[in-house]
Amino acid sequence: MKYYLGIDLGSTTTKALLIDENEEIIGRGLTNTRCNYFVATEVAKSEALNSARFFLLKRELEKALIDDSLKERLFDELGANFRLEQQLSHLDLLNETCEKTAPENVKDGVSSIFKQLKTDAQEIFADVKTDQSRFFRDMAGSAYCAAATKVSESGKVSFDSLVAVYDKAILQVENQVPEIDFQQMARKAQAAMKKQNGQKAEMHEAVDKAISSAAVLDLKIEQMVGTGYGRQRLPFEKSQIRSEILCHGLGAHFMFPNTRTVLDIGGQDTKAIQIDDKGVVTNFQMNDRCAAGCGRYLGYIADELNVGLHELGPLSLAADRACQICSTCTVFAGAELRDLLSLGESRENILSGLHQAIVLRAMSLLARSGGVENEFTFTGGVAKNGAVVKALDELVAENYGERKLNIHTDSIFTGALGAALYAHRAIDLEGAEVA
Amino acid sequence: MAEKIAQDGANSSVQKDQSMEIQKRMLAAHAEKLWKAKEEGKKVVYTFVPGNLTELILASGALPVYPEINALQSGMRNLSADYIQEAERIGHSEDVCTYVKCDVGMMLKGNVGPTGVKLPEPDLLLLSYTGCFVFMKWFENLKQHYNCPCVMLHVPYQADGVVTDAMKQYVVDQIRDDVIPALEKVTGKKIDMDELRRRMQLSRQAEDDLVWTLQSAKRKPSPIDAYFVGVYYIGPLFSAFRGTEDAVEYYRALRAEVEDRIKSNLGPMTPEGVLAKERYRLVVEGPPNWTSFRDFWKIFYDEGAVVVASSYTKVGGLYDRGFRHDPEHPLESLAEYCMGCYTNLNIPSRIDLLEHYIREYNADGFIVNSIKSCNSFSAGQLLMMRELEQRTGVPGGFIESDLVDPRYYSQANIKNRLESYFQMLAQRRAAGSAVLHGVS
Repeated sequence: MKYYLGIDLGSTTTKALLIDENEEIIGRGLTNTRCNYFVATEVAKSEALNSARFFLLKRELEKALIDDSLKERLFDELGANFRLEQQLSHLDLLNETCEKTAPENVKDGVSSIFKQLKTDAQEIFADVKTDQSRFFRDMAGSAYCAAATKVSESGKVSFDSLVAVYDKAILQVENQVPEIDFQQMARKAQAAMKKQNGQKAEMHEAVDKAISSAAVLDLKIEQMVGTGYGRQRLPFEKSQIRSEILCHGLGAHFMFPNTRTVLDIGGQDTKAIQIDDKGVVTNFQMNDRCAAGCGRYLGYIADELNVGLHELGPLSLAADRACQICSTCTVFAGAELRDLLSLGESRENILSGLHQAIVLRAMSLLARSGGVENEFTFTGGVAKNGAVVKALDELVAENYGERKLNIHTDSIFTGALGAALYAHRAIDLEGAEVA
Repeated sequence: MAEKIAQDGANSSVQKDQSMEIQKRMLAAHAEKLWKAKEEGKKVVYTFVPGNLTELILASGALPVYPEINALQSGMRNLSADYIQEAERIGHSEDVCTYVKCDVGMMLKGNVGPTGVKLPEPDLLLLSYTGCFVFMKWFENLKQHYNCPCVMLHVPYQADGVVTDAMKQYVVDQIRDDVIPALEKVTGKKIDMDELRRRMQLSRQAEDDLVWTLQSAKRKPSPIDAYFVGVYYIGPLFSAFRGTEDAVEYYRALRAEVEDRIKSNLGPMTPEGVLAKERYRLVVEGPPNWTSFRDFWKIFYDEGAVVVASSYTKVGGLYDRGFRHDPEHPLESLAEYCMGCYTNLNIPSRIDLLEHYIREYNADGFIVNSIKSCNSFSAGQLLMMRELEQRTGVPGGFIESDLVDPRYYSQANIKNRLESYFQMLAQRRAAGSAVLHGVS
């Protein structure tokens, strides 16, 4: 079997996606982009490869086991433990780095924080709510801060000096590509699972076998293609680089073959793309240099309101009316927000107005690119925001009539999927010359 | 990256240099004349490029100065940022046309032109085109600063897409009753109408050769780039040299040079040599960015994109649509010229023109470079783009930059958009071969 990798180097997150020669998606990797494109790419890639091995392991077990309900539970537990083990290895690295860099007078405090984190690891890394960040830096960061608050209550060491150690260490940890040995990690997960609920011996035998064969599988990447904002920085040949426009078009077509219009709202750009029945881009428009109305803008708003990014949508949906918002300028966002708050507007109503303003900007790009004449797919991080989706659905209906709006659960991987498909289909753009 | 071949075609290289050399010589001679203008008792007239009355100025014995051209040359020489700041310091807003601010800043800093030669102060401001409202404000500023007379020629906009006899008469009356007397008053001499006719005859000859050159881009592959190189080709005819023997000589040499490129089967010249392979043929609407002109151009030629027609090279007249200066009817012809420049066309006429270019020049795509500074150009461009896409089925690309304010040019951003655009064109072309179907 041959495998094909697509990498989407976005401004906020880096995505890697592995498909096989039948164009089945078998592995996904997702990490925050950091300031280091190279590391982000490597991390996403290694995550995608591990997730592919895990996928193949499951496939192996599918064959060996018969009881469906047992199978589901087994996969879930093994998967959860596998992810937890990965996070624990990151935590070890973070622990090591913190202890190495901490000033003498803070060392004890740092040690007790990590003792606490390791005790609570299950809670911190495994029981994450669906709308919370799953990036190690976010999960570990908030737990570290909580533990640091407690430690500093003793009065021996200040909260700030404890957090300073974390801030410095996390940058170092994030700039290393972690070495993850799939076999070792899977065995640990298996052992943890055994300890939790000691299942039948025959099942463990099947798991044993599946781990061994998945670990040695040769995941030979036949070809890879890079896309996204940082694509020029990828150490790829020019022929292996595609614009995110083409990749989002093809990716969305693959997910929803009847799609004719794709709207992607990412961290710092918005794209309206028109495609034909083969996923070929026929037209596109992008926002100008200004990142107004993109994901980054919502990030600022969340910071200003001191709420999580994932809380914006639900808050906005609780509004009783939408405030009039003058600008979606990221720079002025804070000022306008405070103006409205000082006039006594509720957070919910302000947010509702902000979400509408974002969608109005997207509507103008959609109009420029050729409108929404048919089935329509929404991709990018902002597609996770329910308030944006609702406003978009309403405005599209108002302007173009009722249209089917698709949002895929793998939406964030649309660009990477398109890139992987380009890698597999080896479409030679250079070869296509003027007739 | 598009493959480049060295300039081994010795002839073409020499000839290319020849027309460039001639132009350089012409510019240097004109700068010299301006430098000595006051001591030689020559009068100086500041005026605009669109619909300019150069033959008339030259026939009066005065010397023309074009603040717009000074501004764009300052932009190309990295001088504009300082000038713009200077103008903003005295209160010009961030939104004011950057040509204006660049010129005002240069004036405030001693009026040393982009080539390093101090420019003479104007004896007359000839506001020859009013299609751009900013021009009026610009010359109001200069009038106050220099305390010299200013004569305005009101040029009616082609709101209905045509120049009527009444419109023509209205402009002729102004030229006869306002512009000519103002020139005569400044120079102290009557204008010699025979001299005007002689100059207009010279204009015609140069105009024929410019049109031939620009239309050579209809060939596949095109021997010229009608935007990035085109801006050099239009230089003499759109400015101080129309109606001169020098211009006739320049365009004759240019035409011979292009004829030679065609014979040797050479593509357009780029800063990195002759473009070896034409991959995309484009029509471009809007002026180029001047502060990063080379970088902007490189995005195109690196991908093998050749501009085969552009609207910017028509700001000084739509010669390729048949207009010629007519020595038999000098004032009527000047009036027609003033009203016929590109930015004086209404939006439907501009769409028709661009559609014509897309079809006639067999373009694969068209790009709008929307200029932050310039309402005359930028207003309506999105509408134009949509309409052109609908009429021709050719996809439009939209980028934004500015004339001479480097703060509004972002290389990474424009490169990202243009590369995506070119890849889209390539993908559309490849789509026919069914490779996109994948495994199914």
